[in-house]
Amino acid sequence: MTPNPYLWLIPVLPLAGAAINGFFGRQSSKKAISTIALVFCGAPFGLALWIAFGFSSAAAPYYFDFAHWIRAGSFQADFSFYLDQLSLVMLLVVTGVGFLIHIYSVGYMWDDDGYYRFMSYMNLFMFFMLTLVLAKNYLLMFIGWEGVGLASYLLIGYWFTKDSAAAAGKKAFIVNRIGDFGFLIALFLIIRHFGSLDFTAVFDKIQPLQPETTGAGLLTSIGLLLMVGAAGKSAQIPLYVWLPDAMEGPTPVSALIHAATMVTAGVYMVARSHVIFERAPGALMVVAIVGALTALFAATIGIAQTDIKKVLAYSTISQLGYMFMACGVAAFSAGIFHLMTHAFFKGLLFLAAGSVIHGIGGEQDMRKMGGLRQYMPWTFLTMGIATLAIAGIPPLAGFWSKDEILWKAYNASWVYWLIGIVTAFITSFYMFRLLYMTFFGDYRGAATVNSHPHNDHGHGPGEPHESPWGMLDPLVILAVLSVVGGFAGYGNRFEHFLAPVFQAGVAELAQEAAGTGTEHLLMGASIFVALLGWGLAYLLYYRLPQLPARIATNLGSLYRAVANKYYVDELYAILFVQPVVDGSATILWKGVDEGVIDATVNNSADSARHVSDNLRHMQSGNLRSYAGWVAAGGAVVIAYMIWMGVR
Amino acid sequence: MNSESLSRIILTLVTFIPLAGSLLLLLIPRRDRDIKVFALVISLLSFVTSLHLPVHLHRNLAGFQFEIDKLWITSPNIHYHMGVDGVSVWLIVLTTFLTPLCVLISWTSIHERVKEFFILLLILETALIGVFTSLDLFLFYFFWEATLIPMALLIGMYGHGRRVYAAVKFFLYTMVASVFMLAAILWLYAKTGSFDFVTIQNAIRSGSVENFAAAAQWLFLGFFVAFAVKVPLFPLHTWLPDAHVEAPTAGSVLLAGVLLKMGTYGMLRFNLGLFPEQSRHNAPWIMVLALIGIIYGALVSLVQPNMKKLIAYSSVSHLGFVVLGIFSFTNAGLNGAVFVMLAHGVATGALFMLAGILYERRHTYEISDFGGLATPMPLYAAFFLFIVLASVGLPLLNGFIGEFLVLSGAFQARPIYGILGATGVIWSAGYLLWMYQRVFFGKVKHEVNKILPDLNVREKAALWPAAAMALLMGVAPILWLSSIDPAVQSALAPFAQLAAKVVGQ
Repeated sequence: MTPNPYLWLIPVLPLAGAAINGFFGRQSSKKAISTIALVFCGAPFGLALWIAFGFSSAAAPYYFDFAHWIRAGSFQADFSFYLDQLSLVMLLVVTGVGFLIHIYSVGYMWDDDGYYRFMSYMNLFMFFMLTLVLAKNYLLMFIGWEGVGLASYLLIGYWFTKDSAAAAGKKAFIVNRIGDFGFLIALFLIIRHFGSLDFTAVFDKIQPLQPETTGAGLLTSIGLLLMVGAAGKSAQIPLYVWLPDAMEGPTPVSALIHAATMVTAGVYMVARSHVIFERAPGALMVVAIVGALTALFAATIGIAQTDIKKVLAYSTISQLGYMFMACGVAAFSAGIFHLMTHAFFKGLLFLAAGSVIHGIGGEQDMRKMGGLRQYMPWTFLTMGIATLAIAGIPPLAGFWSKDEILWKAYNASWVYWLIGIVTAFITSFYMFRLLYMTFFGDYRGAATVNSHPHNDHGHGPGEPHESPWGMLDPLVILAVLSVVGGFAGYGNRFEHFLAPVFQAGVAELAQEAAGTGTEHLLMGASIFVALLGWGLAYLLYYRLPQLPARIATNLGSLYRAVANKYYVDELYAILFVQPVVDGSATILWKGVDEGVIDATVNNSADSARHVSDNLRHMQSGNLRSYAGWVAAGGAVVIAYMIWMGVR
Repeated sequence: MNSESLSRIILTLVTFIPLAGSLLLLLIPRRDRDIKVFALVISLLSFVTSLHLPVHLHRNLAGFQFEIDKLWITSPNIHYHMGVDGVSVWLIVLTTFLTPLCVLISWTSIHERVKEFFILLLILETALIGVFTSLDLFLFYFFWEATLIPMALLIGMYGHGRRVYAAVKFFLYTMVASVFMLAAILWLYAKTGSFDFVTIQNAIRSGSVENFAAAAQWLFLGFFVAFAVKVPLFPLHTWLPDAHVEAPTAGSVLLAGVLLKMGTYGMLRFNLGLFPEQSRHNAPWIMVLALIGIIYGALVSLVQPNMKKLIAYSSVSHLGFVVLGIFSFTNAGLNGAVFVMLAHGVATGALFMLAGILYERRHTYEISDFGGLATPMPLYAAFFLFIVLASVGLPLLNGFIGEFLVLSGAFQARPIYGILGATGVIWSAGYLLWMYQRVFFGKVKHEVNKILPDLNVREKAALWPAAAMALLMGVAPILWLSSIDPAVQSALAPFAQLAAKVVGQ
């Protein structure tokens, strides 16, 4: 490992930006606020690029011990940073996409009253996310982990006067806390058995353990608990429920935090812990199954959503499932590859959706859009590219990473592949559905666009309009990346770059044996289902736009179940939330606390009062008499002492 | 005066400066402003003086420092024996840190009998500090009981609606429990002829106390019951919500911030220090009660309609962590327990100050009377959120460090303890964020709340130190842990021997 004294600057710079804007933003001009936010977010990106140019696949990891943090007995956790090929990829994605979305936010949020607050929170998010990515130990990672949750809470509830936004922020924080509970227990297990939380120290101890040895139960437990944490942060079954609600936040937040970066933290954490997972086949299988099921489940919900951001939210959950499925079949680099391309096209999809919402005065319902292609050609063009990319149309980015995952999944089990390909079909369908409903046909919105203060964004009355170039530039850059990003994986270059981290995974050797014939066949299949989904969407939402409503009616309760997200939120409310709240109120508080414990105390006090007339003075309520009682008691005590001394 | 000679009398100074101040206050004419300024100056002086302790503490030395040991009464053999280690030193600083903030926060909320109020506050400070400095059991008991009177009077004279009921309940409840401790102390004196903590500890360790084996369990319980009521440990906690709801803000701050820690400090110093074997023996049920306290306190807190009661029950939950850590007998657990004591003092103290600031404006603690306050009071909302985050244990703020260490220690002792305790991270987020949402988010529901003024300079002066401390303790816990750790290690030494003995059998 090579020391690199600049590593700590990468997270700390955005923190400085957040602090400056947080403390002084209220009095500053919007220009000054924007400058601060962009400089302190752009500088880490510059640093990351600078590091990347000097860093190759063969380079030894960088590290930097910044300061001591916790030391108690033999336990220690410090502010130590670490960068290897895996963190470098994450670093570039987070700072790069993050910087673009900061630029976009300047235009998108300019008219909002709390502009300084927004920019400060965004910088704060970057600080925590970069801490998470660059941490050298699990506890520092946990700072970032909980910290991005905080940033997410603040930004989802950014328009706090809206009750739904406030509730969504709280829900996100609490559901994430459930995941963090699992993460914490995993850390305790690691401390208990390996005496440290430092990545290198822990993995060096785990490396020699084999799946067959007695360590398997322990490593499986650790792996499963880490996965609980990952499921919370990355919105997997059963903890995904917060992410759709998180769409209450301003759209740049959805793009940055709830699509491109924060929600991928779970994938990153699992990949970072690959040494543990590779030796815990049971845990790995759970990761794969959870990922596959989430991918399919969330995709089906995406079909029936009418809110443009909700479609993208379920799509994100589904694509994250893809990444976990990849990790679950030990194809970590494929998972990270998809993480990267997904950051490009999903970030772009959200920003473009934001541009649409911005251009029609805050409307998010796709049923009130349509025909927007002519009003906002650049938004349409870029969103179209992103749609092609996510649908898996070659040669765009999504095709390569998705194909890589499907291929690795096939090598593990055809079931994973089948779920993956069905999901790919549904994905293509709902994405083109979104595109047709939004940009084709006739405009179905109000003739004049109303301003919706605090309901995403609005500019007042007018025709639908294209966004200014400050907002479109990031779209164009992300569109370019969505086109060419996939070539990073050409000839397995991406996998080779990450090879020193994943030590050319055990699974890889087996996979190469299956031969290229099958690989090409599967590639053909995935192109086929992508085109099939496109075609179906074209048919239903362009050629025969009356048909979907009739199908929905005919499907009846099945359609309603899907449209209502399978009633999972309602189920959780009945199963968990209500029993806890009602039980605490009626049984614990009114029942046990006031009814039993306190009543006993007061009763025994009452009966004690009746014992003696003298004691009855105690209820006089005159505190001076109590003071007298204490003095008297003290006198008795001292008398007793003296008597003992005399004896 | 050089620091060497100051070190010899520092504990006397730190303990009695507030008392001296309160005596001087008696002489000052009843001009409210003068009285407040004087009380503030005294409490600040006391804070600055107390900083001598951590600055000059030898961090690597085990045992007590800055000791004074003078014969006070020859018969019975009572000594004026004071001394501190890396644990008590921070509890003293916590007390002196919170008292000036209490003065500031009471500036305008106390209108009547202002002089008496600040006299009581300063007497209370001396009594609290005395509890942490005393090494003579008689002296300790004296200060222990001495905290009751000013606190009960603060609640009874300056509290809200049911203040007398709450004051009496607080007074009787904790005094009855203390009687058991007194009995145990007297037994020890009868057998050893000394009230001196170190002497008694050595006598017990060398096995020279007759009949000790037979009485040890009762002695342990005698101390423990007194401490458990103070903590308060489930199910002995019901005096706390009443006391808090009725107490004036400053009373609540010191009650939650320091007074409860007398209980956990006592467990650490006396139960573990004098009765290691019994501590070990009784640990299972104590840990279970602590866990019940953590979860039960949090769940009951969740459904409180009264903001102050909510914070009070959250204290039951947080103090459960402290007890859990102490009786895990692990290094991490004890370090964490002490850290939670300090962190809870700062964060919950600040929460009570915040609640008090609101009460001063609206004369209610009912959560449903608020809603949407972030709009009229943005700065207040920001402070409140910051302290809430510290309290829910967000990493880089002070609550996290202690809870993490406690849970990690409890997990080492027995995984299930750590797992059940860790559910606390979910509950605390639940009750505090839900309360926060109902008070601050949404639209302003009540017309009166639309014109509530934001924080004034004095309130900011009271909140800034608490917020800064919450951050500093989270970012640089090493400043505290480096002196807590040696003290904790020496407290744990007998337990390592006990464990070795068990293995040896």
